[in-house]
Amino acid sequence: MTDGLVLDSIGHDYDGVPVVKGVSLRIRPGELVCLLGPSGCGKTTTLRVAAGLEAPRLGRVILNGKVVSGDGIHLPPEERHVGFLFQDYALFPHLDVMANVAFGLSGKPRAEREQRARQMLAQVGMSGYVDAWPHQLSGGQQQRVALARALAPSPSLMLLDEPFSGLDKRLRDQVRDETLHVLKSTRVSTLMVTHDPEEAMFMADRIAVMRGGEIVQLAPPDELYNHPRDAFVASFFGEVNLMAGVVRGGAVATPLGRFAAPGLTEGIVAEVLARPEALTLTASAQGHATVLTARRLGRSSLVHLRLEMPEMAICHLHARLGGGAAPAEGERVEIAVDSSQVFVFPAAAD
Amino acid sequence: MNPLPPSLEAPPSKGRRRQALGGRGWSVAVFVLVGVVSLPVLAVAANLLVPAGDVWTHLASTVLSAYVANSIWLMLGVGCCVAIGGVGTAWLVTMCRFGGSRTLEWALLLPMAMPAYVVAYTYTGLLDYAGPVQSGLRALFGWRSAHDYWFPELRSLGGAVGVMSMVLYPYVYMLARAAFLEQSVCVLEASRTLGCRPWRAFLQVALPLARPAVAAGVALALMETLNDFGTVHYFAVDTFTTGIYRTWLGMGQPAAAAQLGAVLMMFVLALVLTERLSRGSRRFHHTTGRYRTLPRLPITGAMAAAALAFCLLPIVLGFAVPAAILAVWAVEGGAERALNGEFLSLAGNSVILAAVAGLVAVAVALLLVYALRLHPRPAVRSGVRLASLGYAIPGSVIAVGTLVPLTAVDRALAGFAQDRLGWSIGLLLTGSIAGLVYAYVVRFLAVAVNGVEASLGKVTPSMEAAARTLGEGGLGTLRRVHLPIIRGSLLSAGLLVFVDVMKELPATLIMRPFNFDTLATRTFTLASDERLADAGAPALAIVLAGLLPVVLLSRTIARSRPGGAQ
Repeated sequence: MTDGLVLDSIGHDYDGVPVVKGVSLRIRPGELVCLLGPSGCGKTTTLRVAAGLEAPRLGRVILNGKVVSGDGIHLPPEERHVGFLFQDYALFPHLDVMANVAFGLSGKPRAEREQRARQMLAQVGMSGYVDAWPHQLSGGQQQRVALARALAPSPSLMLLDEPFSGLDKRLRDQVRDETLHVLKSTRVSTLMVTHDPEEAMFMADRIAVMRGGEIVQLAPPDELYNHPRDAFVASFFGEVNLMAGVVRGGAVATPLGRFAAPGLTEGIVAEVLARPEALTLTASAQGHATVLTARRLGRSSLVHLRLEMPEMAICHLHARLGGGAAPAEGERVEIAVDSSQVFVFPAAAD
Repeated sequence: MNPLPPSLEAPPSKGRRRQALGGRGWSVAVFVLVGVVSLPVLAVAANLLVPAGDVWTHLASTVLSAYVANSIWLMLGVGCCVAIGGVGTAWLVTMCRFGGSRTLEWALLLPMAMPAYVVAYTYTGLLDYAGPVQSGLRALFGWRSAHDYWFPELRSLGGAVGVMSMVLYPYVYMLARAAFLEQSVCVLEASRTLGCRPWRAFLQVALPLARPAVAAGVALALMETLNDFGTVHYFAVDTFTTGIYRTWLGMGQPAAAAQLGAVLMMFVLALVLTERLSRGSRRFHHTTGRYRTLPRLPITGAMAAAALAFCLLPIVLGFAVPAAILAVWAVEGGAERALNGEFLSLAGNSVILAAVAGLVAVAVALLLVYALRLHPRPAVRSGVRLASLGYAIPGSVIAVGTLVPLTAVDRALAGFAQDRLGWSIGLLLTGSIAGLVYAYVVRFLAVAVNGVEASLGKVTPSMEAAARTLGEGGLGTLRRVHLPIIRGSLLSAGLLVFVDVMKELPATLIMRPFNFDTLATRTFTLASDERLADAGAPALAIVLAGLLPVVLLSRTIARSRPGGAQ
C-alpha cells in the first residue's frame, strides 16, 4: 500500500465561500512538503483538512493507505495519529513541560511516558526545562517543547502551521535549522504551511505554491526558482524586473532586448520578468542606463537603474551584483542579460 | 493538478462513519436545554397573542396607565442618576489623581452588595416619622407633630428613584471605567497635542469613545430597575412588578398576570436591544493596540475635595449608612435571639437553594458554551443567546412564565397517575424546590454563560486542536484541558449566580413552597409587617454574601488593563 499522505481533489468552503478548490498532493514517507502562498490562499485549511480538524466538502484524504476523510468517512483528529505544530505553539498553560510533552502518550505506563518525554526533550535540546512552566519559556523554547510534544507519540505525519512566524529573525533561522534536523532524523513525513518563500526553500523537499485555493505549481525548490510556471510563481520566489511587450515574430521586444516567447500567440501582450541577478553591468560612457543609487546589502549590492532606450518608455530596473565594487551614482552603464533567468508569460487577464 | 492514478483505491479505515467532529449529539443537547430554559420567556411572550380576558380589560382600564407611567418615570429618573453618577465617578478615579482615589476604585463597587429593597428599608427606618432623624428634629425645634414642619416623603416615586440609583450606578461605573481604561492613551494624548484641555478631551474624545459602554451600563441598570419588586412594593409605587404580584397572588389571575408580564417584556426588549447594539459596536473602539500607564491628572485643594466628596457620596449613601443601620438593628434585635431562632434555618434554606442553582446554572452554561465552541453554527449561537435572555426578564415575569408550563406538566402527570395508576400524587413540580431552582436557572443562566464564555476564551482553539491531534476526544479534551484551565472561573461564575439567588426576591416570593422562607423573603415579610429592626440580621447576611462578587469584580477590574499596572 501507499504510505505517507495523499490529498485527492480536496475541496472545502466556509459558509459557502470556497477556500480550497481541488487540491491534490502526495507526500512520500520521510518527505517534507511545503504549502506556500499568500495569506488567504487556503493553505492552512488544507493542513487542517489533513489533520482532520476540518471535514472536507469534496475529495479524499488517504493516510498510510487508509481513507480517513471522504467516501462518507471522517476519522476525527484524535484517531489519525498525526502530529500538529501550531503557529502559537498551543502549549497547555496548566501543565508543566514534562506533562505537556507526555500529554499524547496516555495509555502507557507512567515510567514509559516519562522516559519517552525526556527522550524527546533531549532531542530538541530542552532537557533542562522538564519542570518549567510554559509561561516561563521564551518563544523559541516554547516552539521546541511544542515540537517535542507533537513528535512524542511517534506520528506517521507531522503538520506544521507557520511554525516559525512567532520568532524574531535571528532566532527563527536557528530554530528552523534545528527543526529541520529533528524532522529529518525522525524520518517523519511532513506537510508544512508557510508564506515565506525563503523558509519554504530552506525546509522543503518539494514546494506546492498555492493561490486562490489551488496549487499553481508543485516542484522542488530549484525547479520553482529556475522554471516557474507563471509570473505569480516567478515573482513569489524573488524580486523581478517586470516589463511588458507585444509578441511579434515569436519574440517580445523590451528595453532590455528581445526575448523568445515560445508557444505564445502572435500579437498578444506578454509579461517579461527578469531577476535582478540576471543583469550584469559594465561601465560605458555610451551606456543607455544611469545608476540612480547603489546600496550594499550584505553579500550583494542592489543597484537602481534608469534605462532609456530609443523609442522605448523609460524604465526603472534593479540589478543585484555579487562581490566586487558597485558602480557609483550617476555613472552610465551598459546592461547585459542572462536570458536563462528571464521568463516570458502571457500578460494576466486581470 | 496531479490527478491520482486510478490504481490508488484505498480501503476506508475501520469502516466507521462519523459526522465531522462528532456533531448531532451536541446540537440536540443544546436545543433541548435551550428549549427548557427559554420556555418560561416564550410562555409569557405567547400571552401577547392570547385574546384579552375580563380581568385584563379591567386592569387595562384602571391601573395599567399608572403602571406604565410609574415605570417610565422610574426608568427616566434612575437612568439619569446612574449615568451622571457612574460616568462622573469612573472618570474621576481613572483619569485623575487625588487623595484616596486608589481606594475609591474598588470602594465605588460596594453599593452593588446592597439589594435595593434593603436600602429602602434602612432609609425608611432612618427617615420616617418615628425614625431618629425626624424625632431628633422635633426634639431640637420643639415641633409637636407632622403638621408643624415639612419633611420629604421617602416612600414615593422620587424616593424609589433615589434608592435604586444609589445601588445601581455601579453598573455604569464599572463599564465606563473599563471603557476609559481600554482607551488608548495615545488617543487622549493626541487630542491634548491638538490643543484640547483635559476637560474638553473628556467631553470630545473620551466620553464619545465610552458612549457605548455607558449606554450598556444604563441599560443594565434599567433592567434591574424593572426587575425590582421589594422597593416599589414597600414604597407603594405601583409598577408592573407589583401589579404582576398582586394580580397573581391577590386576585388569583395567572393569565392576566402573564399578560402584564408580556407588556413588561416589551420594555425589556427595548433595553436588551439598546444594550446589544451598543456593545456590538464596542469592538471598534480600540483605536490602537498600544497601552501605557494612564497619565493621571493630579488635582489638589478644593478641586480634590470636591472630587472626593462626589465619589464618597454614593458610597456613603448606598453602602455605609444602610450597612450601619443594619448592624445597629441586628444588634438591637439581639444577635443571639436571631441565632437561636429561625435565622439559621433561613440562612440554610438560602444557601442550599443558591448553591444548587449555582451548580445547575454553571453546568448548563458549560454545556451550552462548549457546544457553541465545538459547533459555532448560527443556530447554536442564537440558541445560547436565547437561553441567556432570562437575565433581562424581571424575576416576577419569570416566575409567572415558569409556573404556567409547570402547572400544565403537573396536571398532566397527576391526571396520568390518577387515571392509569390510581394514585393521587398532587402537584409535584409547582411550588416545589425544583420549580424554584428551575426559575433561578432561567433567570441567572446568563451570568454563568458570561463567566464560562470568558474563561473558555483562555483556552485557544489551537490548544483544543492540539489535544485532539494528540489523541484526546471531545469529552477527554474538556476534562484534561478545559476544566483544569477554567476551574477558577467556573467557581467565580457559580459564586455570582449564588449571590444573585441569595438576593432574589420576586420569583422566590411567588414560587416558594408553602411555609418555606429564605433570608430574602423573611426580610421582605418582616419589613412589610413594619418589623424593620427584626429584618436587620437576615438583611445583613444577604449584604455580606453580596460583598463576595464585589471583591471578585474589583480584582478582575484591577487586572483588566492590558499592560497596565497591577
